[in-house]
Amino acid sequence: MKIDKTYEGSFHIVGGDFSHAGEASTELKTILLSAGVEDEFVRRVAIATFEAEMNIMIYATAGILRYTISPEEIRIIAEDMGPGIENIELAMQEGYSTAPDWVREMGWGAGMGLPNMKKNADTFRIDSVVGEGTKVEMIIRR
Amino acid sequence: MRLKEIIRLLDAVVITNSRDSEAEIEWACATDLMSDVLYYSRGNSVLITGLAKQQAIRTSDIADIKVVVFTRGKEPDTQTIELSRKKKITLLITPYSMFTACGKLYEKGLRCCPE
Repeated sequence: MKIDKTYEGSFHIVGGDFSHAGEASTELKTILLSAGVEDEFVRRVAIATFEAEMNIMIYATAGILRYTISPEEIRIIAEDMGPGIENIELAMQEGYSTAPDWVREMGWGAGMGLPNMKKNADTFRIDSVVGEGTKVEMIIRR
Repeated sequence: MRLKEIIRLLDAVVITNSRDSEAEIEWACATDLMSDVLYYSRGNSVLITGLAKQQAIRTSDIADIKVVVFTRGKEPDTQTIELSRKKKITLLITPYSMFTACGKLYEKGLRCCPE
């Protein structure tokens, strides 16, 4: 597959389903690698998507991860039905986390997820409504 | 540092390996926090961790880490071993603590992933 047009796809993610953690981002990574795009670009996409996927899995009931691949960039939208984020500014700080202990025991919840998405994306937007959910939109350019 | 050198210095048991023992590993990353792996690591690194679970393998796969070392002789379950085989990640177990394992590799020239 060569990226000469726009490709779209989506993954459904179920909250708490850790046995499938990382499958969406792994699949997206495979798609990009098979298209022959640069390793460093694939790595940034995979990391940003994985963090988004893990956040849905940790905090939300369910979520959807949509992607649009074009020759120049990839757009990822992660939208969940979750508790929402009360203070986005605080959540964006490295090390700030509200993750419960059982999540931390699995190696997650160190408060680096959102900052890491922002770090790997060229454009990063987050909107959240407490009690409804969170939407993260990222654009990563080649 | 060559993979075979890492195995030798850490007195490691090789659980899965699909790469040449002469393969050159550029950097090291040592943590139990998977988000730190994703935030600070580079590709072609070795991850030294006490988190002997599937999450360490999945995270390494996403971050292009080629070699994972479980410290203090922690033995992974069969799903973790199977996943590392499937993802072609070299999985090692060292009897040493994370501190000692890092010290042994650092002493011979392996360095932390640059931030």
